[in-house]
Amino acid sequence: MEFMEKLKDYHLDVLKEIGNIGAGHAATALSQLLNKTIDMKVPAVRIASFQELPDHVGGADTKVAAIFLRIEGEAPGSMFFISTVEDTEKLIRHLIHQESIQLMNPPFDEMAVSAFLEVGNILAGSYLSSLADFTQLSLYPSVPGFSVDMAGAILSYGLIPLSVVGDYAIVIDTQMMELEAEKPISGHFFLLPDPDSFEKIFKALGVHENG
Amino acid sequence: MGDVIKVGMADLKVVNPPNTIRTSGLGSCVGVVVYDEIRLVAGMAHIMLPSSSLNRQGQTNLAKYADTAIPALLMELEKLGAKTFSLKAKIAGGAQMFSFSTGSSDLMRIGPRNVEAVKATLKDLRIPLISEDVGGKSGRTIEFNPVTKMLHIRTVNQGTKEI
Repeated sequence: MEFMEKLKDYHLDVLKEIGNIGAGHAATALSQLLNKTIDMKVPAVRIASFQELPDHVGGADTKVAAIFLRIEGEAPGSMFFISTVEDTEKLIRHLIHQESIQLMNPPFDEMAVSAFLEVGNILAGSYLSSLADFTQLSLYPSVPGFSVDMAGAILSYGLIPLSVVGDYAIVIDTQMMELEAEKPISGHFFLLPDPDSFEKIFKALGVHENG
Repeated sequence: MGDVIKVGMADLKVVNPPNTIRTSGLGSCVGVVVYDEIRLVAGMAHIMLPSSSLNRQGQTNLAKYADTAIPALLMELEKLGAKTFSLKAKIAGGAQMFSFSTGSSDLMRIGPRNVEAVKATLKDLRIPLISEDVGGKSGRTIEFNPVTKMLHIRTVNQGTKEI
């Protein structure tokens, strides 16, 4: 991607700040929803090859639970919330107080899936609205989709818009975890802006190609 | 025991026995296996998109597109001594991982479009398609053994099968 070659450190810092603001708001929303303390790591902005990307969640073959949604509006992109199946089960149990739910083998409990999708809605909504405020761009989430499957199969979906311009993705990855439990629940937020969106984001923030 | 040669996303490779060839986590992507049933060599491509006309990159990664990956695979196979007339194909993948009522429908239909494009290219090149496991909603990890000519398919929710 031509754009990637022009990318400087301060561009990555801007993207990191986007991850910070967005995921910060999302973590607050999740904390209110669960009534638990949610901690968040400093976001990582990576330029990852398509092959490498699934490795950040355990490898292309790893079974994960994911929410996927498209960002629509002025700077389109893809967004994922990805966690292990066990952690997602725990998260849903917290929410609907039903111990029997499982996501290992379908058919899944409708109530459980719907609760998880609602978490996705709330997280993505708060992430995007803070991002929209920050950049003054109009951004809104599509209806989220849910899947329990191989990380590679899930992530490749978000890579399709990027794949026409290159073999690399710029990923804004924020890890969140709930601290009170003995084994903290953690999940990854991936933001994958479409190729044409970077320029729009940088322009909206007054950052130019040459600084 | 041979090695398992791994094919990444938008990548293609060829193998000689006793090695086998595998690609992991096929979602809407399609894994195409082309093999020479007499000389027992095989190649696999993990394609992401139906047509290289979608390309906006300066340089085209041939392995990414159905219409360029299969001819590139044939050239690699010929280097290993494969003969065009004894080539056969098996394919898997092209799932729809998420279902949406709204949104960019072209993107969401990418799985079926990839499958159609792969079949059309195989037909153009007169390579018989022996078996397929396409569509559905599940991700697949596939492994091909050029000696047995069987394609092993694993999904997380629906077990394994061989085609």
